Amino acid sequence: MGETILETRNLSRYFGELMVVDNLNISVLKGEVFGLLGPNGAGKTTAIKMLTTLLKPTAGEAFVGGYNIVTEAVSVRRIIGYVPQMLSADATLTGYENLLIFAKLYDLPNRGLKERVYQALAFMGMEQSANRLVRTYSGGMIRRLEIAQSVLHHPQLLFLDEPTIGLDPLARKAVWKHIMDLRTQYNMTILMTTHIMDEADSLCQRIAIMHRGKVAAIDSPTALKANVRTNATLEEVFIYYTGDKIDSGESYRDTARVRRTAKRLG
Amino acid sequence: MIQPESAALPNVSVKKEPFHANPLSALLGFSKNTIVIAEMEVRKLRHDPSELVMRAIQPALWLVIFGEVFNAVKAIPTGNTPYIDFLAPGILAQSSMFVAIFSGMSIIWERDLGIVHKFLVSPAPRGSLALGKSVAGGVRALSQAIIVYIIAVILGVHVNWHPLALLGVLIITILGAAAFSAFSLTIALIVKTRERFMGIGQVLTMPVFFASSAIYPISIMPTWLKVLAHGNPLTYQVDALRNLMLAPGIGTYSLWLDFSVLLSATVVLVTIAGALYPRAAT
Repeated sequence: MGETILETRNLSRYFGELMVVDNLNISVLKGEVFGLLGPNGAGKTTAIKMLTTLLKPTAGEAFVGGYNIVTEAVSVRRIIGYVPQMLSADATLTGYENLLIFAKLYDLPNRGLKERVYQALAFMGMEQSANRLVRTYSGGMIRRLEIAQSVLHHPQLLFLDEPTIGLDPLARKAVWKHIMDLRTQYNMTILMTTHIMDEADSLCQRIAIMHRGKVAAIDSPTALKANVRTNATLEEVFIYYTGDKIDSGESYRDTARVRRTAKRLG
Repeated sequence: MIQPESAALPNVSVKKEPFHANPLSALLGFSKNTIVIAEMEVRKLRHDPSELVMRAIQPALWLVIFGEVFNAVKAIPTGNTPYIDFLAPGILAQSSMFVAIFSGMSIIWERDLGIVHKFLVSPAPRGSLALGKSVAGGVRALSQAIIVYIIAVILGVHVNWHPLALLGVLIITILGAAAFSAFSLTIALIVKTRERFMGIGQVLTMPVFFASSAIYPISIMPTWLKVLAHGNPLTYQVDALRNLMLAPGIGTYSLWLDFSVLLSATVVLVTIAGALYPRAAT
């Protein structure tokens, strides 16, 4: 077993009576692409919010790069990148400005800052649109910009929460190509969530399937499929572990948010 | 399920080092982050200054219509000072407060979109995010100062053009608006929705305005209102501006008292907003 970059120990979060994340125990190895799958309301986004220090756990603990996510949150923040599910680029600024602000917030050296930002934009194939307002970008461009923004400081661990939500297949392919290129270049570990089983199947080395806040299964896609039946698809695996209840508890606000995101991207 | 190999912490390849080794570099880092956030807001304003143009209408109406009428009827006792002179600094403070008190709306917007989450995942101290937004609110209010000065000159207000006086007006305008921006940010972080925020904003602006010395001296107020006016930061902003903007200055309190009250209000409100900032991600 390789080196661990992320580890949770009975990580839990309640919202009132509701246990959204229930004793989560996962380890992510350095360099791997780890998928967190599960139906809406399974607790994926809440888990990611805790791991990215946005939300405090109710119980349990977690370590990212050896740092405690609660007591050493600032150290955790320095080594992670995060692309939220929602659109996080500021539409009222240019692509260049969006990146520049974050380059400065992460305290990157002033010398060569501009070049670094332009390089990051070029890497994402966006040098042409660097000085246009993000408002005029297409959905795929916005996502690429957000990814560029989140890796400016060369994080060891990148969190991608449904990075391809609302994108057409072509844009999706482009986004993944750039993510995987980045991963090779910076030797990044990736923890991602997605609802698109093909993506998870082809990109992830290991997958955890979450259901009602718990990990229902965790293994490589191949092993997960073999476990269910011969020639199973990942979709069948997903339904096998989570299909006992169709309508899971996603709030109105979450739904509105996802729809709005999809609309803006479309 | 993969279990941890041992109870020991996972191996770490990064060196553990405290982010800021000493208070001075911590302060420098904090200031740098504050400026970055303020810079971002100013860049947004540069891309779309239409809001500021709209905001210019209100102070113009107050000075030209309300000011000229009350100047003519001499209904408000302002001693030897013409009423329009008395009013101009008051309207400057009032209009910058109006700009500031709705500035917290941006955090609700950023929260709905997911922008604020990215800021909170960055290592920037939460206090610097709040202070940066507040300073930006202050800079935004400067546009009001320009408008008020232009109209004041046209209306024949006796303006003090000494560079130090102008610098003082600049500082007091930014400071006062920063305090009200931090206040606005605090409300936005508590109520979290546009509707509630707009409602509270509307309810608050007029009382803050009327319970200050912006359009009449405190001396003519009923006692209960005097008490409120003395606790209102806007009163001290107006007072400082009457000292600095006019020749001769006609402030009631010393500039230091005015400045201290505004600075304390800003520090307290920014601290509260900074502490509430992580709420934006939940």
